Amino acid sequence: MSAIAPVASRRRRTDKTMRGVLLAGTLLALVPLVFVVYYLLKQGLGALSWSFFTSDPSGRFLGDPGGVRSAIVGTLLIVGLASLIAVPLGIGIALYLVEYGKASRFANVVRYFVDVMTGVPSIVFGLFIYIVLVLSGFGGNFAGWKGSVALALLMLPVVSRSAEVVLNLVPDSLRESALALGSPRWRVVARIVLPTAMPGLVTGSLLAIARGAGETAPLLFTAFAVNATTWNVGQQMNSLPIQIFNDVRQAQSNIVERAWGAALTLVLMILALTLLARLIQRRSRIA
Amino acid sequence: MEAATIQHGGRPDTGRPSPSRLPDRLLRWMLTGIAAGVLVLIGYFFIRLYIEARPVFARYGVVNFIFTDAWIPSKDQFGALPLIVGTLITATIALVIGVPVAVGSALYVTELAPPRVRQPLIILVELLAAVPSVVYGLWGVFVLIPKLKPAEQWFSDTFSFLPFLGGTVAGPNYFIAGLILAIMILPIVAAISREVMATVPVEQKEAALALGATRWEMIRMAVLPYSRAGISGAAMLGLGRAIGETIAATLVIGNAPQIAKSIFGQGYTLAAVIANEFGEAAATPTHRAALIAAGLVLFVLTLVINFVARYFVNRSQRAMTRSVPTGMAG
Repeated sequence: MSAIAPVASRRRRTDKTMRGVLLAGTLLALVPLVFVVYYLLKQGLGALSWSFFTSDPSGRFLGDPGGVRSAIVGTLLIVGLASLIAVPLGIGIALYLVEYGKASRFANVVRYFVDVMTGVPSIVFGLFIYIVLVLSGFGGNFAGWKGSVALALLMLPVVSRSAEVVLNLVPDSLRESALALGSPRWRVVARIVLPTAMPGLVTGSLLAIARGAGETAPLLFTAFAVNATTWNVGQQMNSLPIQIFNDVRQAQSNIVERAWGAALTLVLMILALTLLARLIQRRSRIA
Repeated sequence: MEAATIQHGGRPDTGRPSPSRLPDRLLRWMLTGIAAGVLVLIGYFFIRLYIEARPVFARYGVVNFIFTDAWIPSKDQFGALPLIVGTLITATIALVIGVPVAVGSALYVTELAPPRVRQPLIILVELLAAVPSVVYGLWGVFVLIPKLKPAEQWFSDTFSFLPFLGGTVAGPNYFIAGLILAIMILPIVAAISREVMATVPVEQKEAALALGATRWEMIRMAVLPYSRAGISGAAMLGLGRAIGETIAATLVIGNAPQIAKSIFGQGYTLAAVIANEFGEAAATPTHRAALIAAGLVLFVLTLVINFVARYFVNRSQRAMTRSVPTGMAG
């Protein structure tokens, strides 16, 4: 056996340089995150106060712009309702794909279109719901629940894709044992597959909800915007993203400050959901 | 053991058709229905958008609508070319900046990073995706635009001999929009690239190293060729996202329906025009139809891009599953 030849210095240099370049790329990717978080805290923290959370936007351009209570209530209601629609349907699609469709042609087409649907721009969902639910005058004009439907369409493919991955992780031996013991398919699904996959399903759904909560475009002309707080999803509703979007385009510095405060609130809400999702995920890995 | 289980279960169902057949079939049909609903929905989407956009297509024709450079709602003229060009320019800038960074970080995380920092790095990059579009817009308007303007002006003056450069830099412009879009597509491009790179067989990487390749040579000879299709797919998915991204682009592109001569000029994108003008247009039928037509163009564009992208990504991921024995799953 001859000794291993030393690596030529030119090749070693290239190796070093390229490693450096890849590391630089990774760090570069994190620069915007650092800056966004820095400015959110710097500009947003000052805006937060008790009255910021407990008063509605005043709608006045001069003087006190008011807080974001109606926007927070609206976001919670709209996103909550959207989750109630999207999560069961999304998991239903995933159940079909994993338990029944498997590799059949129809299932593959559905899978493909669910994937493609994740790429449909959010504004197009907004347009679609505007045409189908607002323009037609179905149940009045703009309404919070119409915004929820638009958001749900956006969340649906995300829920479904993550649920499919998780359901596929349930070992087939579990299903087969249950079937062999004589339990019908629906009971296998309800008693074996879903409970086993539950933590993963919750994680995936929470991440999808977190993604939906920050969306502005689907709400622009479905839920619209009002200043007053309403708990009725049949009414026009304010929401944090819309509040920010409208405030950014104002010149008054205190309105812009409210935008930063609202942005910080929204990011914190999304972060909390994401963290919760990750915690549940970690739990399931141990179990 | 088995006999005991059956006795304790106490169900004398040997030989008879199970009484639970009906709920079984019900569940099956219900789930199939939901799944089929997705296909119906996308079809219905397309049809409804087309119907609402028809007045504009009837007036200009689809081709004229797309290739006319005149978006002047006040004069009731609607040609979507400036919007489409703006969309393509910003998306291109986003890809040029975002994809190399995303692929670089994916390579670093999968091949070079010490195992301890791998997961934290992944989570940090994913956090970029957790920031809502409107927050990027806010940040772009009040931080990025004022801070970058001097640098842009210097760059524009210094390299004014190059095409698409020179002249006065506008505050909101194509480049800023492209830069923010780059940040926004970074997480998805990086995530899919990582997934694809993880499917490169270890044997091939080890073979390259065993033959005396350096790490970089291993990446270049084993990882990159193997995952090229998947990375192209990831980049195209990023392209789809960049084209459809609405709110951030609306806030930082300037919303001027023109084809600017420089990448530091103001423009408009398909998605931005809808978000910005739809409120006022709801009362004017042609304007509304024109915006819905813009939405339809956007929808078809992203649909086609995603179709092709998914084909690439799925192909390179299937390459993995094929090499792994599928076990006893039927």
